[in-house]
Amino acid sequence: MLDSHSTQEMGATIHGLIVLHQHRPGALLPLLHAIQDSIGFIPEAAYAPISKALALSVAEVHGVVTFYHHFRTHKAGQHVMQICRAESCQAMGSEALEAHAKKCLNVDYHQTTADGAITLEPVYCLGNCALSPSVMVGDEIYGRVTAADLDALILEVRHAEAKA
Amino acid sequence: MVTKIYIPRDSSALAMGADKVAIAVVAEAKNRGLDVEVIRNGSRGLYWLETMVEVATANGRVAYGPVKVKDVPSLFDAGFIDGKAHALSLGLTEEIAWLKKQQRLTFARVGVTDPVSLDDYIAHDGYNGLKNALKLSGEDIVKIVTDSGLRGRGGAAFPTGIKWNTVLGCEAEQKYIVCNADEGDSGTYSDRMIMEGDPFVLIEGMTIAGVAVGATRGYIYLRSEYPHALIALNEAIANAEKAGYLGDNVLGSGKAFHLEVRRAAGAYVCGEETSLLESLEGKRGLVRFKPPLPAIEGLFGKPTVVNNVISLATVPIILDKGAQFYADYGMGRSRGTLPIQLAGNLKHSGLVELAFGATLRELLYDFGGGSFTGKPIRAVQVGGPLGAYLPESQFDTPLDYEEFTKIWAVLGHGGIVAFDDSVDMAKMARYAFEFCAIESCGKCTPCRIGSTRGVEVIDKITSGKDHAKNIALVRDLSDTMLNGSLCALGGMTPYPVLSALNHFGEDFGIGDFGLSQESKAG
Repeated sequence: MLDSHSTQEMGATIHGLIVLHQHRPGALLPLLHAIQDSIGFIPEAAYAPISKALALSVAEVHGVVTFYHHFRTHKAGQHVMQICRAESCQAMGSEALEAHAKKCLNVDYHQTTADGAITLEPVYCLGNCALSPSVMVGDEIYGRVTAADLDALILEVRHAEAKA
Repeated sequence: MVTKIYIPRDSSALAMGADKVAIAVVAEAKNRGLDVEVIRNGSRGLYWLETMVEVATANGRVAYGPVKVKDVPSLFDAGFIDGKAHALSLGLTEEIAWLKKQQRLTFARVGVTDPVSLDDYIAHDGYNGLKNALKLSGEDIVKIVTDSGLRGRGGAAFPTGIKWNTVLGCEAEQKYIVCNADEGDSGTYSDRMIMEGDPFVLIEGMTIAGVAVGATRGYIYLRSEYPHALIALNEAIANAEKAGYLGDNVLGSGKAFHLEVRRAAGAYVCGEETSLLESLEGKRGLVRFKPPLPAIEGLFGKPTVVNNVISLATVPIILDKGAQFYADYGMGRSRGTLPIQLAGNLKHSGLVELAFGATLRELLYDFGGGSFTGKPIRAVQVGGPLGAYLPESQFDTPLDYEEFTKIWAVLGHGGIVAFDDSVDMAKMARYAFEFCAIESCGKCTPCRIGSTRGVEVIDKITSGKDHAKNIALVRDLSDTMLNGSLCALGGMTPYPVLSALNHFGEDFGIGDFGLSQESKAG
């Protein structure tokens, strides 16, 4: 992720990704993924050049970006922590885990901690249902997560950030 | 001699620290000057034993688990690389009763092979099905799939062969095979296990489908929550392309088949096939009206086969061993096997592939070992968030599509989520509406509005406000959603809601408020 992106750099990155993806059939989703993967979110400034390249209206691009839970329109914290809220995890106490996470991080869902380290998000199934409750940080998945495990995980994530 | 050690790369194994165990094993072997080769296999599906480490010995593979990093030195001390005894010994993998009792057809190779090694795949009967298919006409392939009795494993249970036949019968310059890998149902993970543990079987199944119906292009629509499946699939596709199993000329047959993975973006409704197609086309995942059927006007308006991962991954063994071989398993109109996923509050959760017909009770207790917490199992949800909640009195129902229909339940994608007696079923009913509200695509009113009104009505019921009136109202609302929604999201949300209300009325205050008779009359 390119953290200290100037508007100009961001524009160039978006332009490059548009050129790379625009001719694929059904190009919009792969393109949005590529943009989010490289700059961390989909800036509103990207809507106009995307719509021009794909012959869509700006409203259509906005509609797609906002329809999907995965795409974010604002920068997230350095790490995104997802807690599974689905049934299997509920059967194994995820509700208490959610409450614990919100309390420890002092945020609600879709919010970022004051130090900018962690954005907390709900998720509806990570496919780790044999080992509920589940938590994901970035692409790393954790199973049978207890409140103590979560504390350790938060500490680890913050520590990694401090080192970096 | 190099000793082969198997340590899974499956996400759930990784969730229990499989990567760290693999690193520790390699380092420990190096320190001791031992020559080992670590193979990152799929999971055998005995998840409570992950990280399960296997060692290849002259007598077969010997398993150890659950292994943590701290156990690694003692495993070496005990001589585990020669299969010797240790506190974590599980014996010969093939002899583990939980595994031995299963009938693994679709999952035959998962956990056994190196998922991205084409040589390993071929050494374990891989690509026999495609080789047979390439000698047959499209009609013959479709007939074999039809005769096998295979029905869509995504949940709708529509006969796969009939769907293929419609696409085969369409004239078009371009047709598509689309794999629905948007496995969003809670309690299900069999698609993920296939994609991470044996991606070639899915690739082979899609190639056979392409050859059968005359489609030259396939897409795997993969949920964004599965980053490890994405890596395994892309590795396997690249290896298949390199060896000529995919591309312009599949195995020199003159037939083309190209395959690409597309990442979804976290919308549950995109598991519905028409919404999935919209999403693949780069649009919002709004459900389409049917007709036209996707088989006739599907992706980019072209004839399209849309099948679930497990349906497609089952095709190779059918083409290898024949329709009858597969149809000999099962009961009634549910032929073959179902990969069942045990989840939630169970001691021994994992993947159980069995012929249709086993009862829920066998799965929950014989395989599942009862609840994880040791309390009585009170409710079980089968078939994902849109599946009914079943009480103990229904645990003897055999897993069969029609038997489940009879008790107003669904098998769906084969996920079983168990709850102990601490569950509040009114809360679960509320959650079903809440989930529907979060995930509704918004196209039809019963789903878009009904789900939000449903949450409100359940809140009124649990607070005792106009109790009888609101019980009647939630039934009426459910009726509207059942019959008036455009797709299964709104149309099936009443399954968890009404089954919870009907079987666990006490959680909704029925009885407490002394109004149950009145509410029924309302």
